[in-house]
Amino acid sequence: MKITDLFERGEFAVSAEVGPPKGIHIEEMIEDAKKYLGGVDAINVTDCQSSVMRVGSLAVCKELKDAGMNPIFQLACRDRNRIALESDLLSAAMFGIDNVLALTGDHTKMGDHPQAKPVFDLDSVSLLHTMCVLESGKDLGGNDLVGEPPKFAKGAVVSPCSDSVDAQLVKMEKKIEAGAEFFQTQAVFDSEKFIRFMERAKQFGKPVMLGIIIPKSAGMCKFMNNNVAGISVPDSILEELKADKEKTKAGITGVEIAARIIRECKPYCQGVHIMSLGWESKIPSLLEQSGLAR
Amino acid sequence: MLITELKSKEEILSLAGEKAFIINCLGCKEIYFPEKEAKELQKELSDAGRVTGILTTDYICNPDNMKLRLQAYLEQIEEADTVLVFSCGVGVQTVADFLEDKKVCAACDTIRLPGFQGVTPTEVDCGQCGECYLNLTGGICPITACSKSLVNGPCGGTKDGKCEVDPSMECGWERIYRRLEKLGRLDVLRFPTQMHDFSTDEVTKECKES
Ligand code: SF4
Ligand code: SF4
Repeated sequence: MKITDLFERGEFAVSAEVGPPKGIHIEEMIEDAKKYLGGVDAINVTDCQSSVMRVGSLAVCKELKDAGMNPIFQLACRDRNRIALESDLLSAAMFGIDNVLALTGDHTKMGDHPQAKPVFDLDSVSLLHTMCVLESGKDLGGNDLVGEPPKFAKGAVVSPCSDSVDAQLVKMEKKIEAGAEFFQTQAVFDSEKFIRFMERAKQFGKPVMLGIIIPKSAGMCKFMNNNVAGISVPDSILEELKADKEKTKAGITGVEIAARIIRECKPYCQGVHIMSLGWESKIPSLLEQSGLAR
Repeated sequence: MLITELKSKEEILSLAGEKAFIINCLGCKEIYFPEKEAKELQKELSDAGRVTGILTTDYICNPDNMKLRLQAYLEQIEEADTVLVFSCGVGVQTVADFLEDKKVCAACDTIRLPGFQGVTPTEVDCGQCGECYLNLTGGICPITACSKSLVNGPCGGTKDGKCEVDPSMECGWERIYRRLEKLGRLDVLRFPTQMHDFSTDEVTKECKES
């Protein structure tokens, strides 16, 4: 099912993210997804996130789909040239995987194979354009596709709390020009910043899914503040996490914080995208507390 | 040592704006440079009253040299709305860095000639990509100033204005954004989706033999 169908019906969409393992056994991951992600509309599968080599996003999407779930295929431009990207898009469509999130991807130097050649033949914008070209029945070389062309729900990312919001908005507009139909955001910890961003982004009229990370500890938040682009966790949240260490460790504080952010931002956006970073088990209670349980 | 090719006539004529100051650099790229066509084009612009001055010089990739040469022409540059540079990508960028408040445009594409390198060691770099983007990026090369050589805007990795790959390096696209903002030309960023053509980055056999 295309996630864009939900937006068209005016529904508030929920997605969650899973990271494939470095290995070939994904049974546990599929079981966890069945157990904890029943309440979400779609599951993003990351594509060698942070440039760390793992089992493939497309293969895991197919497994999730076979298990009755609705995957979003994350596709990064770091590891493939345009031939491989187009080919993988056709493969996805062949499997009936029709939600694609176009990413530029982190640089190879950021991950566990810093020696690898960074490709970046295309980027997120030209990848979105590529999907439109395939949808028109052609490839980037101008050749005809055989038979009925694929049709994708084309997604992209945006970073509302980036320190250069103006540049982010320019890029967001370029992505829309190139074909983006929905957006998932980098993790938001500052509702006010997000709301200010949405006041400017709403002119584009594209659905935006608020990015959420359940904060696990003050240490994790400090790490993100120092190392992750576009994430800034305010001091007040750091204090909250420090206040009762046991409660934080059990995930109760983090879920409370995340649910509060969702409730505050919900009137301004069209969906939520949860990046659980291993805490899939907390998602049901997060949905419950944010009023999104079905 | 580089090979440059003129951009299309229509493109150059539209880049020139109403009044252009023209810089020709004959430092190292006179080899293969289509001087005749360039001169004709410049004459056409000149006859139409669209040129405030022409400076033909060499090694504008050397910032000190370039500043010295430009000194005598500052008034004519002031009068122009565009500075149109016929040189390799390094030359255009060096001029754009110096004339921060001016619209500086590249009239050429720089192509790779295997076995040759530029002569002036400088921080400004040109990857000889074959389809110069400087006119879309405020005179800062996205191929060499961005770690991923992105041509459609920044990735999401910019943090405090620095590049995700190397925190001691300024994000190239952040620089591009700020340059265009300063020039009041942010609308330039609304260019259509770019797809880099990797088939043009090396000089063709015919060109080498001509
Ligand atoms: S965009 Fe950069 S690499 Fe390409 S020709 Fe211009 S200066 Fe050189
Ligand atoms: S952070 Fe800036 S310079 Fe670095 S890869 Fe991204 S856009 Fe390019």
